[in-house]
Amino acid sequence: MNILAVMEQRHGQWHRMSFETLAAAQQFASQLGATASAAVVGRGTAPLAAELAARRLDRVYAVEHELLSEYTPDGYCLALGQLIERVQPSVALFPHTYQVRDFLPKLASRFGRVAVSDAVSHRIENGQLVLVRQLFQGKVNVDVRFVGDGPYFASLQAGAYRADQVSEGAAAVEEFAPEISPDQIRTRPQEPFRESQRAVDLGAAEIIVAVGRGIKEADNLPLIQKLADVLGAELAASRPICDAGWLPMERQVGSSGQTVTPKMYLAVGISGAIQHLVGMKGSRTIVAINKDANAPIFEVADYGIVGDLFQIVPELTEAIQKVK
Amino acid sequence: MKIIVAIKQVAVRDSQLRIAASGQWIDEADLAYEINEPDAYALEAGLQLKEAHGGEVVALSAGPPRVAQTIREALAKGADRAIHIEGDLSSADPLATCRLLAAALKPETPDLVLTGLQSDDLGYGQTGPILAELLGVPHATIIMQVEKSDSGIRVKRELEDGWFQFVDMPLPALLSIQSGFSKLRYATLMGIKKAKSKEIRRVTAADLGVVAAAPAIAFDRVYLPERTKRTQLFEGSPKEAAAKLVEKLKFEARVI
Repeated sequence: MNILAVMEQRHGQWHRMSFETLAAAQQFASQLGATASAAVVGRGTAPLAAELAARRLDRVYAVEHELLSEYTPDGYCLALGQLIERVQPSVALFPHTYQVRDFLPKLASRFGRVAVSDAVSHRIENGQLVLVRQLFQGKVNVDVRFVGDGPYFASLQAGAYRADQVSEGAAAVEEFAPEISPDQIRTRPQEPFRESQRAVDLGAAEIIVAVGRGIKEADNLPLIQKLADVLGAELAASRPICDAGWLPMERQVGSSGQTVTPKMYLAVGISGAIQHLVGMKGSRTIVAINKDANAPIFEVADYGIVGDLFQIVPELTEAIQKVK
Repeated sequence: MKIIVAIKQVAVRDSQLRIAASGQWIDEADLAYEINEPDAYALEAGLQLKEAHGGEVVALSAGPPRVAQTIREALAKGADRAIHIEGDLSSADPLATCRLLAAALKPETPDLVLTGLQSDDLGYGQTGPILAELLGVPHATIIMQVEKSDSGIRVKRELEDGWFQFVDMPLPALLSIQSGFSKLRYATLMGIKKAKSKEIRRVTAADLGVVAAAPAIAFDRVYLPERTKRTQLFEGSPKEAAAKLVEKLKFEARVI
């Protein structure tokens, strides 16, 4: 039995979720009595493969081809399809990134399989892998089981596994050269760009400071912005703040906005309606500041202060400045 | 341009969900349904492309008879006709559903197939890429913009961290449209009236020659998530409480 973690990188830079997937692969392997391996796909993958060789893995596959220097779904499905044919993993794990969402369903269907996408946790039952997914934007959970023969495919939600739990060790690196011809790649990706008015991807923020109705007026927002600044955090909001036009819609967290799982989510003046909670309850550490001790936000918060945000936030900003 | 938009009917967003007695799905008894919001954006993209380049927009949906209501709404917004694959898909996995959709799509030979990014109920986000594979056409997902080009289309794809990318691709192709692609239109009274005379072709899996394969994944149990967190609350003056919180964030949670 072998668990394969497919790491994501671009131009030699790891995607931050790759090592969460690697940690998961190691955990799955030790619980299933299996081995864990990792694959890195691209051009010039040798330094990244060398980095993986210092982790507790059976093998590291450097999937190398000049047509893989830029991501295309056709190129990645061809390359990974051939790797999976050759390695025959029991389970192939991926980080649930935008890129993985783009190609994994296609790749799995080539094997007549269905990927369990965006899994949040797992358990082993009678030697079988059971994955937990969220339905209805987090309102309902489901335990999913693979049926039939492998390989099985799954992608893991950001923050579901912890990158700092990857075990060190040693692994052999094996270069794998897939067969791809230029005419098999039907799409032509252009150079990525950022727009002058930067769209906000709160999903990538490590720390988020979010503000709700408790802020009372738009004029009070600089108080929260200052707290976000000292934390190096993205500013976000609950729905009413964006509806009022105090912050742009792209900063909204919740069922009608973005779903986020940062390292820390600091909710200021947010009572925690379910529509908001579904968008942030997967955050690793949740801090709430609210005047109402019975506000539902405290049901999901790890740390909290009950009180007047206009008194607490300036003190908190100052205290953080001191330790930073 | 012949455009087919795959749309799904889902429970309305604010539904109070209860688990069915079987523990295999939610209790559907009192639910109201609507178009899956991401699919409404796909439909909007299709209608705008037709307005710009001419052609036809066909709405395609699969599910029980109640889905006809959502199809009518798509026709009222401007789709020219529709295909309804009637059947109970409650135990179908994404691949099984896509095999049905692909079988209905193939004889239509569309230039462009559009889907929403994911469904509000199951949330797999897989219909687009699987359909592209079954149809043998190139695809791109999380699309914000579509333009015709000399050799096909140029699409604007959303990447992570506020990055975007243009991708050139030939037609026929499949695109998964990002929510927020454009403002959604409402059906006009005239549109609703016209929709009544538009064609909805009803087909079954048997008509399409699709034999249900063994599922690749199965639901063990559907349940409401538990809330088990206990909040550590910090008391004292604002200054004291803030200091205690920062201490915990630095040395216990280690997030600052």
